Amino acid sequence: MANQPLWNQLIFYFSHNGMYLLQQFGRHFLISFYGVLLAAAVGIPLGIYMANHFHLGDFIISIANVIQTIPSLAMLSIIMLWLGLGVNTVIVTIFLYSLLPILKNTYTGMKNVDPNTIDSARGMGMTTFQLLYMVKLPLAMSVIMSGIRTAMVVAIGNTAIGAFVGAGGLGDLIIRGTNATDGAPLILAGALPTALMAIIVDLLIGLLQKYFEPTGYFKEQEE
Amino acid sequence: MATAKEIVSFRDVAKIYHGRAVAVSDVNITVKEGEFVCFIGTSGSGKTTTMRMINRMIEPSKGSIIFKGKNIRKYDPVKLRRTIGYVIQNNGLMPHMTIKDNITLVPKLLKWPQEKMDKKATELIKLAELPESYLDRYPAELSGGQQQRIGVVRALAADQDIILMDEPFGALDPITRDNLQDLVKHLQETLGKTIVFVTHDMDEALKLATHIVIMDSGKVIQDDTPDNILQHPANDFVKNLLGEERLLQAQQNTLSVGDIMSKNPARITLGKSLSEAIWEMSTKHVDSLLVTDDNNKLKGYIDLETINEHYSKDSSVSDIYANNLIKVKKTSFLRDTSERILKQGYKYVPVVDNDNTLIGIVTRASLVNVVYDAIWGKEELENPEDANLPASITKGSENA
Ligand SMILES: Nc1ncnc2c1ncn2[C@@H]1O[C@H](COP(=O)(O)OP(=O)(O)OP(=O)(O)O)[C@@H](O)[C@H]1O
Ligand SMILES: [Mg+2]
Repeated sequence: MANQPLWNQLIFYFSHNGMYLLQQFGRHFLISFYGVLLAAAVGIPLGIYMANHFHLGDFIISIANVIQTIPSLAMLSIIMLWLGLGVNTVIVTIFLYSLLPILKNTYTGMKNVDPNTIDSARGMGMTTFQLLYMVKLPLAMSVIMSGIRTAMVVAIGNTAIGAFVGAGGLGDLIIRGTNATDGAPLILAGALPTALMAIIVDLLIGLLQKYFEPTGYFKEQEE
Repeated sequence: MATAKEIVSFRDVAKIYHGRAVAVSDVNITVKEGEFVCFIGTSGSGKTTTMRMINRMIEPSKGSIIFKGKNIRKYDPVKLRRTIGYVIQNNGLMPHMTIKDNITLVPKLLKWPQEKMDKKATELIKLAELPESYLDRYPAELSGGQQQRIGVVRALAADQDIILMDEPFGALDPITRDNLQDLVKHLQETLGKTIVFVTHDMDEALKLATHIVIMDSGKVIQDDTPDNILQHPANDFVKNLLGEERLLQAQQNTLSVGDIMSKNPARITLGKSLSEAIWEMSTKHVDSLLVTDDNNKLKGYIDLETINEHYSKDSSVSDIYANNLIKVKKTSFLRDTSERILKQGYKYVPVVDNDNTLIGIVTRASLVNVVYDAIWGKEELENPEDANLPASITKGSENA
C-alpha cells in the first residue's frame, strides 16, 4: 500500500472509511456551527445594544480584538484548564473567536444605517421594536452576515486544531496522520474535506449575504 | 380661512439642550386648519426644532403645545406620529422596501387590510403623477425628484390632515422643485391639508405660504401673512431676509394713485373763453387742459387742436370741450391702473376723489418711472418701445 501513489492511497482510504469520514465531517461542521451560533446569539444582541446605547462601543470592540490576537492553540490550552478535555472546550474557543467579527459587523452595520431613514421611520410612528426589525436589522443584515461568514470560516480551521483536546472532527485524522509513519494520505483525508467545507460554507453564506442585501442598493450596484 | 379651527398652537414654548444651548424660546404660534405655514430663517435659527416638537420627535423643555385641542403630552408619541405626515429633505424612503411598501408603511403600522392598502397605493401613485408600474420598484430605481414625490404623497397614506415638511425640496433642481411645490400647494388648496413647511428659500415661502413664521436665533421675529410681512417688515432682519427688490415691488403693489399724483394739473373752468384757455396753455407749456365746473368737478378736457379748428372769439370752453376722457380715483391701487394707462398710451390721467372732484394728475412720465422700476423689474427698461408709445388722452372712451 505504501508503494502506491498518494492519490490512490487516498481513494482507498475514502472508500474503506467513508462512513467514519462522513461522521467526522458532520461532527467537525457541527462543532464550528455551534460555536458560531453561540457567538451570534451573544454578539448580535450585544452589537445592537452597543450601537444604540454606547458611545463606548469602540472600547468593547477593542477588548474583542485582544481576544482575537491570542493564538488559538494557547487559547485552547487556557480554556482546557477550565473545562478539561473534550468538545466543550473547542466550542467555547470558537465562540470567543467568532464573537469579534459578529459583534463588530453588527455594530457597524447598525451604525451605518442612514440616520435619515431612521428619522423618517420614527417620525412616521414606528415603535422602537418595529424600527429594529423593520428597518435597522434588514438594512444591517448583509453586513452582519458577512461577519458570520468570516467567523464560520475561521471556526472550521480552529475546529481542526481542536482535535488536540480530544474533540474529534476532521482534525483527528490529521493528528493521527502526523503521528503515523507514511501518514500523508491520512493527513490529506482530514485536510482536504476541511478545506472543502470552508469553501462551501463561504460560498453558501456569501449567497445568503447577497440575499439579505437591501434590494435597492443591490440593483443599483448591478447596473 | 378666517373661521378655521386651530390645529396646532405653541404656548410659550422653549427648547433647551442639556441645560445650556437655548435652541428656541418664547415660541407662540397658532396654525389653523388648512393653512400653509412656512418657517423661514437663517441656519440654526430653530426652525427644525420648532417643527419637530409638533410630532414629539423633540420634547419641549418649557411651555405647552396644543394639538387638536389637547396637550401633545397627553398623546402617545407613536400614535400621534401616525396621524401627522412627515417629510424630510432626503426623502427618507426605506431603501429596502418597494415604492408600494414605502407608501403603505403607516397603514401597515395601523394594520389596515391588504386590499385597502393596495387601493391606497394606487390612488397615491396617481396623485404623485407617476406610472403605476413604479409601485414595484425600489427607491434607488427612481430619480431624486420622483423619490421626493413619493415622499410627499406617502405622508398622506393614512389620511393625515396635517403634514410636516423639513426643507423637502432643498436638494432638487429648480424645475423639479417648482413641480413639487405645485404638488404640495395642490394638497393644501384642493385636499385641504394643513402644511407646516420649513424652508431657507424666501421665494418658496412667498409662493406657497398662507402664513409665514420668520425665525432668528431661536426666536420668532414675525408671524403673519406674506402680504403683511412684505408691507410691514418687523425689523431690519426681516427686511434683509426679504431683500430690497421684493420690498420695493411689494411697496408698489399697494401704492395708490394718490401717492404719486401731482396736485396741480393744468385746468380751466367751463365758463372761461377760448382765449383764456390758450393763454393758460402757453403759460403752463401744455397742449391740453382739464375742464372743471365752478365746484371743481371734472367735466372733460380741451386741447389745442380742437381750439384751432373751432376758434371764435365768442365761444367758451363749455362749447367745445370733450367729455370722453379716462380718469382714475385717488384711492385706486397703482398696480390695477398703471398697466392699463401705460398700455393705452395716455399722456396723463386726471385723478378724482369719490364725488368726481379733480384733485390731481398722474403723468405718464411719473408712472413710467415708478412702474418700470418695480413692477416689471429694471431689465425691462432696456426695451424702450413701450415707453415711447404715442401719447394722447383722447384715445378710448372708457372711464375709470
Ligand atoms: N441635539 C442637539 N443638541 C444640542 N443642540 C442642538 C441639537 N439640535 C439642534 N441644536 C441647536 O439648536 C439650534 C436650532 O437648531 P435647528 O436644527 O432647529 O435649526 P434650523 O433652523 O433648522 O437650521 P437649519 O436651517 O440649518 O436646518 C441650533 O443652534 C443647533 O445647534
Ligand atoms: Mg433645519
